[in-house]
Amino acid sequence: MAKAKRPLSPHLQVYRFGAHMAVSIIHRITGSALAFGAILLTWWLVAIATGNEYFNTVQGFASSMIGRIILFGITFALMQHFASGIRHLFMDAGKLYDLKANTSSAKFTFVFSVVMTIVIWAAAYKVMGVL
Amino acid sequence: MTDMNTPLSKVRGLGSAKDGTSVWISHRIAAVANIPLVIFFVVSFVGNAGKGHAEWVAWIKQPLVSVLLILFVLNFTNHMRSGLQEVVEDYVHSHGSKWAATLAIKFGCALIAGLSVFSVLRIAFGG
Repeated sequence: MAKAKRPLSPHLQVYRFGAHMAVSIIHRITGSALAFGAILLTWWLVAIATGNEYFNTVQGFASSMIGRIILFGITFALMQHFASGIRHLFMDAGKLYDLKANTSSAKFTFVFSVVMTIVIWAAAYKVMGVL
Repeated sequence: MTDMNTPLSKVRGLGSAKDGTSVWISHRIAAVANIPLVIFFVVSFVGNAGKGHAEWVAWIKQPLVSVLLILFVLNFTNHMRSGLQEVVEDYVHSHGSKWAATLAIKFGCALIAGLSVFSVLRIAFGG
């Protein structure tokens, strides 16, 4: 097929940066990051199915400093993707298009994800008896 | 250079594929289904934080947990496949890399689903 120079729709550079733009870009980044989380979840399930010894190896990695940083990042990615995904569903239904609601809902996704990430980790540490 | 193509043949196939709507809708359906599944998953993980192998096995062995985990994995791999595919279609423009990435996504998601579902079943039905 002919590789003609076809017009492209305007991309990032033509828009003014704002919360609504950040949330859209971050939705894709967190979504892609969660694919990495899915690999870790699979590894973890395989480890449980394999047996006690291998599970402890994986658990050892997960509870190491680097493991905790990765899991913390994935928790944030999951919560951010969750909140902004729900915002997208509202937008698919035609809601949240007026400027104010669009920006404030975008900002809210960040508040939600930061608060939920902290709540989840605090609760997990509480369950483990660390807090 | 003689050009034997008719103007019509030059533009054929350059429009939209006209069959993307079903992918768009199934991506949203998976997103909706993910809402309760993610809540189940996060609440369970927090509730079982720090548990050892035997306790996790006992937890997964519960029929409702096994089923929800399998549904979660099947649903998020479906959502992940169309989501990653969309990112690739938007940013990868060379024909070769686009197909390489597409295959990697499809095979990768199938592998994640296969390994995870088998693991859950093995734990659920294992001795």
